[in-house]
Amino acid sequence: MKVLVPVKRVVDYNVKVRVKSDGTGVDIANVKMSMNPFDEIAIEEAVRLKEKGVATEVIAVSCGVTQCQETLRTAMAIGADRAILVETDAELQPLAVAKLLKALVDKEQPGLVILGKQAIDDDCNQTGQMLAALAGLPQGTFASKVEVTGETVAVTREVDGGLEIVKLNLPAVVTTDLRLNEPRYVTLPNIMKAKKKPLEVVKPADLGVDVTPRLKTLKVEEPPKRSAGIKVADVAALVDKLKNEAKVI
Amino acid sequence: MTALVIAEHDNASIKGATLNTITAALACGGEVHVLVAGHNAAAAAAAAAQIAGVSKVLHADGAQLADGLAENLATQVLAVAAGYSHVLFPATAAGKNVSPRVAALLDVAQLSDVTKVISADTFERPIYAGNAIATVQSTDAVKVLTVRTTGFDAAAATGGSAAVESVAVAADSGKSVFGSREIAKNDRPELTAAKIIVSGGRALGSNDKFMEVLTPLADKLGAALGASRAAVDAGYAPNDWQVGQTGKIVAPQLYIACGISGAIQHLAGMKDSKVIVAINKDAEAPIFSVADYGLEADLFTAVPELVSSL
Repeated sequence: MKVLVPVKRVVDYNVKVRVKSDGTGVDIANVKMSMNPFDEIAIEEAVRLKEKGVATEVIAVSCGVTQCQETLRTAMAIGADRAILVETDAELQPLAVAKLLKALVDKEQPGLVILGKQAIDDDCNQTGQMLAALAGLPQGTFASKVEVTGETVAVTREVDGGLEIVKLNLPAVVTTDLRLNEPRYVTLPNIMKAKKKPLEVVKPADLGVDVTPRLKTLKVEEPPKRSAGIKVADVAALVDKLKNEAKVI
Repeated sequence: MTALVIAEHDNASIKGATLNTITAALACGGEVHVLVAGHNAAAAAAAAAQIAGVSKVLHADGAQLADGLAENLATQVLAVAAGYSHVLFPATAAGKNVSPRVAALLDVAQLSDVTKVISADTFERPIYAGNAIATVQSTDAVKVLTVRTTGFDAAAATGGSAAVESVAVAADSGKSVFGSREIAKNDRPELTAAKIIVSGGRALGSNDKFMEVLTPLADKLGAALGASRAAVDAGYAPNDWQVGQTGKIVAPQLYIACGISGAIQHLAGMKDSKVIVAINKDAEAPIFSVADYGLEADLFTAVPELVSSL
């Protein structure tokens, strides 16, 4: 079966972003961009399924600006066979991305779609669930283990308080949690090989999808700053402060 | 204008996160109805009817709703959603699982982790691991949101007297089956609801040390135990103790971070705590920049000392 893996280009997780002074957004000019960490886990899982002989082809997909091609090349260096870029300069919100992906699912007919559970920029945690809904597929979100047997996939999910297992009929949508796997490092030879792999570029209009945002961002602000704290000399001073100043114990 | 809150429950009682979600729903400005979808969940529906501010409880009871499978629960929500201006879920693992599915089926955008209701169509939510707060306006007819529970006070669990109305159960999707659940045994307060949290990081060194050093302190304070991602990944603490951008978001009265450096992803989960205490031997650790009280010391001596002086 084919496995489709959507990946997103985001501000690198180590970058501490700054809010623009005019309140229109976050300043992402000239900051380091990388593949969303959860999506790396998704690609890794898809490639492992291929190595186990479960998947026959791994297709990486990204939606956004031209530079997303770099993210797709990284996915192919990890082991994806080919890539599709849905190119647009428009602001894409999860519902629009889910619709674009639904169109690609219809076209490519994958047995499994593996996404990250959330992107670390908008922190939405929606796209996988929305895609599953639109495509009429079952979903296994926040996966820490994925086992394909015949026509079903057993997904171990991280939930509040512990773990649960759901069994889904294929095709299905899975979103990855942090502990699903440890993504491999890309090697130089694989980066070179990835440059030769096919990368198809399409437009949202080619897929018949209207990507108009439904949510309007009115402003973006800095979160309230915490007032500077103090350092205490020893445990006795700490206990005294907690009891008499903060009155929390 | 009426809001529908999807209750999180275990078929017998209503989970705490539902109460915060009801407060957010009331802030949207209309009546609040609650959907209790489950199996043999009459007790949970009765409990929902007692919550202050709730004017009606819809109760759907069927075996396919027993375990909160997203496919079946989303269909159930859709079956009753007509006429509501807002559909709200708590931003818990269960709520985040189902809410976007409902939104997509209604062809509307979803707002995640709402921390403040400004008006019926305008909301605040954190982005970039809490490093920025976005004010977002929805242009959709129905607003589907998940509510960050630490952003809203809990509604009173008693004092209400809503009518309970049975509603038809939506058919089983047949696409997914619940397997099993493994819930960690925990006699401590629930992490997201705890007033005090004692949290440990990689510096603890092992699971044995983690428990040996932090448990007495948590016991003494009646606190919940939390952990950084590093501690969880290293196997020192279970997954569901993880506090941070991708783990639990907490805002207790007192958060004690022991041996946690304070990466932005961790701070995203706890920086709204009222009082933060950091115990770390690295004077340069970023955790000190958010701590109200910092103690630069080896946690293996400081924590036991703290326990004995309480």
